[in-house]
Amino acid sequence: MLVPLLSVATAFLAGGLVLGAIGVDPWNALRELVGGSLGSGEGLGFTLYYATDFIFTGLAVSLAFQGGLFNIGADGQAYIGGLGCALVCLHGGALPPWLVIPAGIAAAAAFGAAWATVPAVLQARRGSHIVITTIMFNFLASTLMAYVLVNLLRPTGDMQAESAAFPPAAIVPSLQSVLAAVGIAAPTTPLNLSFVLALACALAVWVFVWRTRTGYEIRTVGQNPQAAVYGGISPARVTVLAMALSGALAGGVAVNEIMGVQGRLLLDFTSGYGFVGIAVALMGRGHPLGVVLASFLFGMLYQGGAELAFDEPKVTRDMIVVVQGLVVFFAGALEGLFRRGLARLFDAGLRPRDTGETSLPPRVAEPGGEIP
Amino acid sequence: MADAVAAAALILASSLRLSVPLIFACLAGLWSERAGIFDIGLEGKMLAAAFAAAAAADASGSAAVGLAAGIAASLAFALAHGFASIDARGNQIVSGAAVNMLAAGLTAAVGNAWYGQGGRTPQLTAPASRFGDIAWPGAEAVRAVPVLGPLYRDLVSGHDVLTYLALAAVPLTAFVLYRTRFGLRLRATGENPAAVDTAGVSVRGIRYAAVLIAGVLCGFAGTYLSVGQAAGFLTGMTAGKGFIALAALVFAKWRPWPALATCFLFGFLDAAAIRLQGTVLPGIGEVPVQAIQALPYLLTVVLLAGFIGRAVPPRAGGIPYTKER
Amino acid sequence: MTAPALDLVGIAKSFGPVQANRDVDLSVAAGTIHGIVGENGAGKSTLMSIVYGFYEADAGEIRVKGRPVRIASSRDSIRHGIGMVHQHFMLVDTLSVLDNVMLGAEGGPLLRRGAAGIRARMAGLARDYGLAVDPDARVGDLGVGLQQRVEIVKALLRGADVLILDEPTAVLTPAEADGLFDMLRTLRRQGVTVVLITHKLREIMAVTDRVSVMRRGTIVETVDTAATTPARLADAMVGRRVALTVARSPARPGPPRLEARNVTAIDAHGVKLLDDVSFTLHAGEIAGLAGVAGNGQSELLEVLAGLRPLAGGEILIDGRPVAPADRAPRALGRLGLVHIPEDRHRMGLVTAFEAAESAILGIHREPRFGRGPFLSRRAVLGDMARKMADYDVRPAAPRLKTANFSGGNQQKIVLAREMEREPRIVLCGQPTRGVDIGAIEFIHRRLVALRDRGVAILVVSVELDEVLALGDLILVMCGGRITGRRRPPPGAADDPAIVSALGLMMAGVEDGTAGAAEP
Repeated sequence: MLVPLLSVATAFLAGGLVLGAIGVDPWNALRELVGGSLGSGEGLGFTLYYATDFIFTGLAVSLAFQGGLFNIGADGQAYIGGLGCALVCLHGGALPPWLVIPAGIAAAAAFGAAWATVPAVLQARRGSHIVITTIMFNFLASTLMAYVLVNLLRPTGDMQAESAAFPPAAIVPSLQSVLAAVGIAAPTTPLNLSFVLALACALAVWVFVWRTRTGYEIRTVGQNPQAAVYGGISPARVTVLAMALSGALAGGVAVNEIMGVQGRLLLDFTSGYGFVGIAVALMGRGHPLGVVLASFLFGMLYQGGAELAFDEPKVTRDMIVVVQGLVVFFAGALEGLFRRGLARLFDAGLRPRDTGETSLPPRVAEPGGEIP
Repeated sequence: MADAVAAAALILASSLRLSVPLIFACLAGLWSERAGIFDIGLEGKMLAAAFAAAAAADASGSAAVGLAAGIAASLAFALAHGFASIDARGNQIVSGAAVNMLAAGLTAAVGNAWYGQGGRTPQLTAPASRFGDIAWPGAEAVRAVPVLGPLYRDLVSGHDVLTYLALAAVPLTAFVLYRTRFGLRLRATGENPAAVDTAGVSVRGIRYAAVLIAGVLCGFAGTYLSVGQAAGFLTGMTAGKGFIALAALVFAKWRPWPALATCFLFGFLDAAAIRLQGTVLPGIGEVPVQAIQALPYLLTVVLLAGFIGRAVPPRAGGIPYTKER
Repeated sequence: MTAPALDLVGIAKSFGPVQANRDVDLSVAAGTIHGIVGENGAGKSTLMSIVYGFYEADAGEIRVKGRPVRIASSRDSIRHGIGMVHQHFMLVDTLSVLDNVMLGAEGGPLLRRGAAGIRARMAGLARDYGLAVDPDARVGDLGVGLQQRVEIVKALLRGADVLILDEPTAVLTPAEADGLFDMLRTLRRQGVTVVLITHKLREIMAVTDRVSVMRRGTIVETVDTAATTPARLADAMVGRRVALTVARSPARPGPPRLEARNVTAIDAHGVKLLDDVSFTLHAGEIAGLAGVAGNGQSELLEVLAGLRPLAGGEILIDGRPVAPADRAPRALGRLGLVHIPEDRHRMGLVTAFEAAESAILGIHREPRFGRGPFLSRRAVLGDMARKMADYDVRPAAPRLKTANFSGGNQQKIVLAREMEREPRIVLCGQPTRGVDIGAIEFIHRRLVALRDRGVAILVVSVELDEVLALGDLILVMCGGRITGRRRPPPGAADDPAIVSALGLMMAGVEDGTAGAAEP
C-alpha cells in the first residue's frame, strides 16, 4: 500500500507546486477542492457521478493489465459503446419498457467489447502491437462516430451533431429519484444508478479475476505466457477474452453518460475518461478496490476542480489533467523507482520478503506482444 | 489544363505544409525508437513546444527566440521521459501517456493563468515574431511558364524556413543513422543493447542522446504549428498529429526516407479532406471526409496486422536495459 | 618468467542474498589455455563477467600482466586487452558482420573511413588464423558456429590478447567444437592467452594446459591438466562424491506406454532439431536421456509434451498414435502424461503467484478445486498444505509467494503438483538442476517409487551421474539424434567402461545401438 500512497502524494505535491507557480495558494486550493467535492450533498453527488465513469474505465484498463495487456483504447471503446446503447434506445420501440435499459446496457457492453476485440485478435493472431492498434482505434472511433452522428443519427434540420433524444423508458433513473421513492430528499445531480452498476462491476471483476478459473488463466498469461502454454492455457484466447471484457467495461461510461445523464448520443461524450482510466488503474495497482478508491479521488478532483475553477479565475479544469498526468508519471512510470527505494529502506533491517504488494504483470511493460 | 496544374500545385503545397509537423515528429519518434525507447509522447512534446514557442515569440517579438523556447520545453519533457525510461527503468508507454497528459494540462492551465484567454496565447502580429515565407528568386517571374511555373512558385518556393529544415532533416537523419559511428551504435542499441554494452559503449548515453534528439525535433514540430503555420497557440492545437506521426513511423517501418513519403501521404490526405469538405461528387454524394481522415489510422492498422508487408519494431524497444540480473 | 596474463585476488560478488563468488584467487599464465570447470551455478560465468566489466566485484583485485587495474565497464577490460565470447552471443542479428565487428571500434565518427581498415584486418585474421567470415553477411542469417567466429573476430580486432570463452561448445556440434579447439591452439601459438569456461571435462582434457575447478563460488583447485584425470576433476567439482545412487530394485518393465517413431522437429528456419528419434518407454521403468546440453533433449521433451509441433514421425501412447488434436498439454494430461519442465521459472511456476496458485497450474480446471467456473480458496490452499506436508516443502506456507522459496522447494512444488495427478507417464526435465543435495535424494526416491508403482518415466539430465543413477534404460542424444542406448546393471555409475562408452555417444559416435528398438 505504501508505494501507491507515496507516489500519489508526490504527484499531488508536484501539482501544488504548479498551482503555486501560477500564483494560486495551494492550501486554499486544496480547501476549496475538498469543500467543493465533499462539502455538500450536491458536490458529493457530482463527485460520485464522475467517479462512476472512472470506475468503468479504470476497471477496463486494470482487467487488461491483469492479462499483461495495455489497453490504451478504453476511450474509443466507451465511445463506440455509446453507439450501441443509442441504437437500442432509439430503435428499441418494440421492446417492453422494462427491457430497454438492460438491453441498452448490454448493447453498450457488446459494442465496446467488439471494438476492443479487433486489436486483440490482431495481436493474438498477427502479432500487431496492441498499444499502437488501440491508439489507432481511438482515432478510428472518433472519425467513425463523427460520421455517424453528422450523417446518420442527426435528426434532419438539426444543426447540432447529436442524436434525437431517447424515450423516457431508456433513461437510467437518477439516484435522487430512487432516494425520493424511499422518502429521502437528495439534491439534483447527474448521479444515477449507473454508479451502483459500476460498484457491482468492481465486485464482479474482483471475483472474476481472483476467484474463477478463467480469471486465474488471465493472470497466468499476464505473468508468464510460457507457463500458461505449459499449463494448457491459450494466450491467444485469453488475450481476446481479456480485451473483450475490458472493452465491455469501458462501455459502462456510455451507460452513465448517454443513458444516465444526456439522454442522447453526442460528440466526444467520453471527454478523455478512457485516459483517466489509465491513471486510476495505475494508482489502484490494477485491483478493483484500488480502482474504486482512486476513482473516488479523481471524482473529487474533477468536481472540486470545477468548483475551484469557478471561484479562482486563474485556475481552469485543465489543472485536473495536470494532476492526472503527474499521477500517471509518478504512480506509473516511476513506480519501480519508488518500489526499489522503499525496498532499500526496509532492507536495512529485514531480508527482502514478499510485502504482499499486488504488482502489475511485468509483461505490461513489454512491447511487441510476443505470444508463443 | 493550366488550371488543373495550378490547382495541383496548390494542393501539393498545402500537403507539404500539413506534413511538416508530421515529418519532424515522425523523425523524432524514429530517433527515439531506433534506440529502443518507445515514444507515444510525441503529441505532448509538440504541444508543449507549440505553447512555449508562441509565448516566447509573443514576449520577445522574435520567432527565433520562440523556436529556442519551443525546443527547450520539448526537451524538458523528453528528459522526463528519458529519466523514467532509462534510469528509473519504468514503463515507456505509461511514461509517454503521462507526457501527453501533462503537456495537455499544463499548456492550457498555464496559458489561462498567464493570458486569461481560455488557454490561447495572444495573436502574433509583429512580422518578426513569426517565421515568414521565403520567396525563391524568380518565383513570380516564372509564374506564366506552363506546369513548371506554378509548381516552382507554389510548391518549391514560398515556405518558411522550418519547412525547408524539415526536408533537410530527412537526409541528415538518414546519413547520421546509416553512415556514422553514432548511428551504428544507436541502431544496435535498439536491437541488442547488451551487444553495445559489451562493446564498451554506454547504452545509457546513446539512449539519452536519442531521447534528446527526439525532444529537439518535437520542438521544431510544435514551433512550426504555433509560430509558422498559425499565429499563436490554441489549446490542443496538435489535434492528434503526434499520433499520426507515430502511425507514419510504423508505416515507414522506422526508416527515414519512407517516413518522409508516409508523412507527405498523410499530409496529402489531410489536405484532400479539407479541400473536399462539403463537395458533392456525382454518383457518390457528399464526400465522407471522415473516411479520408481515418485512412492514416486504418492503413497503419492494416500494415501492423501484416496484410501488406510486415512492420517489425526495433527488437529491444520498450525494454529497460539492465545488466544486473 | 613473464607476469601472468591475468591475476585475480580475493574476488567476491553477491546478488542480494546469493553469494555468487567468494575469495576467488586465480592466476592465468600468458600464452596458455586455462580451463575453468565447475557445475552449473558454481560461479564461473559471474567470475568472468566481472573480469569483463559486466558486473563489478564487491571486493578483490584484478591484475592484468602484473598491473592492478580497475574494471568498471567492458570498455575498461577491452582497453586492457581482454576479450570475451559470451555464452549468449552479443551480436545484433539485423546488422551485417562488418557492422557488428565495428561496433564500439569504428575508427572514427564516419563509418566509411573505418570500414576499409576493418575489412583488411578481417582478411588478415582469415589468413593467419583461419577465421574467415563474409563481412557483408547479415549476422541473423549465419549459423551459430559462424556467429561464434564473428564474436572471436570482434575480440581479436579490438586487440584482445586474453580471450575468455564462456561455455563456447554449448551450442556447437562436436565437429564444430573440434574446429574451435584447433582455432584456440592456433591462437595460443600466436601468443594469445585463452580462458575456457566449461562444465565438460572432455574439453578440458582435450585442449587446456592448466585447469581450475570452481565449486560453490570459489576456486578449490588449480592443476596442470597433464597431471590430473577426469575422475579427479569430477571429484573436485562436486566436493565429496555425492552418492547419486538411489536404492532401487531392478525394473520390472510392463507393456509399452510411450513410443516415439522416427520423430523429427525443425525450428523456424527449417533447421532440424530432432532427427529420426525413436524409442520405447515401458510401464514401470525409468529411461534416462543423457547428452550435452543443446543436443535436442529439450526439444524432444517439448515435442512429447505437446509444446512443439511434430515435423515428421509419430508418437504413440499405449500403442495408439496420439491424434494431432490431442497433442496439447491439457489433452495429454487426460491421457495420463505429465511433464515436469526443465526450467521451473520459465515454465513450471508463476513466480509472482502464491505457492498454492502455482501449484494448480494446468490442473486448475479440475472439479476438486471449486464448483463450476469458480475456484475455491479453501480447496486450493488445503491441497497445497497437504502436498507441502507430503513433499516436505519448506516453509510450509501455501500463501507465500512462489519466488520466495528456494530452488529445491520450488522444484518440490512442481513435483508435488505433477506427481499427484496420478500420472501413467512422466516426462521429467533436469529434475535436480539448482537443487540442494538433500532435495536431490528426496526427488530421486520419489521418482523411483513412482516407477515401482508402474509409471513410465523419462528423465532428461545433463548430469550423467543422475542419468546413471536413475535410468533402467539409458538413451544418449547428440545433434538431435539418438546416438546410442544401454541397459546397464544397477551400480554402473562407477563402471568406467560404461561411462566412457556413453561419453563417446554423447560426442556423437554412434555404436550401432542407435537405431535399434531395444538393446
